[in-house]
Amino acid sequence: MNGEQKLQTPQEVKNVLRLENITMQFGGVVAINNLSLDVNQGEIVALIGPNGAGKTTAFNCVTGVYEPTNGKVYFNGRVIVANHPNGKMARQYGGINGEMYLKEKPVVHTPDKITGMGIARTFQNIRLFSSQTAFDNVLIATHLRRTSNMLTATFRLNAREEKRNREKTTELLEIVGLSDVANEKATSLPYGKQRRLEIARALATGPTLLLLDEPAAGMNPQETDELGEFIVDIKNRFNLTVFMIEHHMNLVMDISDRIYVLDFGKQIAEGTPEEIQKNPVVIAAYLGVEDE
Amino acid sequence: MKTTKSKAPMIVTIVVIAAIYAAVFIAEQILPPTSMLFTVLKKGATYALVAVSMNLLNGFTGIFSLGQAGFMLIGAYVYGIFTIPLEARPQVYQYFDGGLVQFTVPLVIAMIFSGLAAAFFAFLIGLPVLRLKSDYLAIATLGFAEIIRAIFQWNGLGPVTNGSNMLRSFPTFNDFNITDGQGNVTVYLSTLVPFIMSGVCILLIVLLIHSSYGRALKAIRDDEVAAEAMGINLAHHKRLAFCVSSFFAGVGGAMLAMYQTTVQAKSFTSAMTYEILLIVVIGGIGSVTGSVLSSFLFVACSEWWLRFLDEKQMIGDFEVPLLRNGFRLVVFSLIIMIVVLFFRRGIMGDRELWDLKFSGKERKRRAKE
Repeated sequence: MNGEQKLQTPQEVKNVLRLENITMQFGGVVAINNLSLDVNQGEIVALIGPNGAGKTTAFNCVTGVYEPTNGKVYFNGRVIVANHPNGKMARQYGGINGEMYLKEKPVVHTPDKITGMGIARTFQNIRLFSSQTAFDNVLIATHLRRTSNMLTATFRLNAREEKRNREKTTELLEIVGLSDVANEKATSLPYGKQRRLEIARALATGPTLLLLDEPAAGMNPQETDELGEFIVDIKNRFNLTVFMIEHHMNLVMDISDRIYVLDFGKQIAEGTPEEIQKNPVVIAAYLGVEDE
Repeated sequence: MKTTKSKAPMIVTIVVIAAIYAAVFIAEQILPPTSMLFTVLKKGATYALVAVSMNLLNGFTGIFSLGQAGFMLIGAYVYGIFTIPLEARPQVYQYFDGGLVQFTVPLVIAMIFSGLAAAFFAFLIGLPVLRLKSDYLAIATLGFAEIIRAIFQWNGLGPVTNGSNMLRSFPTFNDFNITDGQGNVTVYLSTLVPFIMSGVCILLIVLLIHSSYGRALKAIRDDEVAAEAMGINLAHHKRLAFCVSSFFAGVGGAMLAMYQTTVQAKSFTSAMTYEILLIVVIGGIGSVTGSVLSSFLFVACSEWWLRFLDEKQMIGDFEVPLLRNGFRLVVFSLIIMIVVLFFRRGIMGDRELWDLKFSGKERKRRAKE
């Protein structure tokens, strides 16, 4: 495939996120089946697929919400998630007696650790802190990079850090264009602004990789266009790598460098937007324009 | 923006609180010390601290714990054990050869010990229990409180806890009064001091709530998944909240010991936890001001204003029906039902004293828009 050639070019391509043979099984349901993909430094990579294809599950495996049944996730070359089944299920994945896994230890991190490593995410169904203002929502995310402990924070000995965090929050809100609603309750904001607020909150954790789960869900075409520009803008401004799930094909085709297509938990295609648009497998499975 | 927010409400709050303290001090000098008012104020101050500590957990962190009475018990006992004067020990521990602990520490240090002991137990209990969610956590902590109560009454621990006998003779609120040589009181401080103790502790809790850690706790309450995704370590922060809350419950227990003048494990029942939970709910889950207000109201009602319901009352020749011992509790339950049904947000909702001034203006502004 062309995408692979791109990876093999001698140009310096720094891998940021790599999924290796990730399988996620919920009982008998295989939500993701042997998914492998790469996201490189400075790219915008999109993960698309019909509803229920396992896109969000893939995100949850990366961010530590789920422990995958099998497979590994690398972040900047370091294993952040690794798991393999034991007992009967090992046969399915690791040879008759699971000998493939004999020397490997599972690596499990809680989501907060993974966020600490520099992977921030937004949620498909917006998850803002409902009782807090927009400002506080972003400010809470700066708590991660604190140097104070509980006592110094209680006795206000961390005033300088607190001030810095507040400035950072103000700046982030300005970048996402929400300065005027900073003191409004987060959940009282219109939908599009809530999405932006979630992105601002994710940025406040100081990430190098940003995972966006359907950032344009529920937006009209104009808002979607603006969002596309916005994503490219923050990517450049914060020197990020972006990995996103999205259903708006215009947005995906406009801004992404590469696209992975999932269907029923399996990767069915990978490539640049042009390749994906022409790929008959994708068209059949997803875009559904081909006559049956 | 936040930083340019007016300082006025804060100043008003400080003035109001200072005025209350001054009023307490003056009232204490003027009114007879046997007045019911002081009983209410002393117990109210104690309950206020415990209620705020419970609110920190239930209201601000979203952990539904019912172990408060257990932590208060630990605090009360630790305070008693470390402050009973040496000469009184043979009498107090008469069945246990004067007890095992043969030293005393200053009162403030004993109170800090009370808190630390409660926090230590909270840490241990928290290891398994904080993995549970909502109702299960409530049941587990309630069970813990009951177990603690049983353990402290165990004769095997008698040399330390005095078994099922009571601890007494330790310094109480009345010992804060300044006396002249003959034992006449010159300055009454027995109500002001508990107010100061409880005030300092509540101030610390408020500072914590408004720090970066407090924001993290509120984030956990609002959405655990999102909080974790924003890098907040759930286990760490929950444990922190649990220990801090228990610390202050322990200090509150020490204050309750001072108020009651005796400590006996069997009085720290789960009914006590429910009382405090009630105070938190009536005051407003997530409001420190609400907890403080409602603890004084609650104590005043249960100790003073509604007492008449427990006795036969005559209006002229007519005997008011229903009034007899225990009827107070019926009325109380009715009030609770009404609060839960019609004022679900409690007295204050999640607002604080310093928010109040603006609420009227804001409502008008919102109405205009």
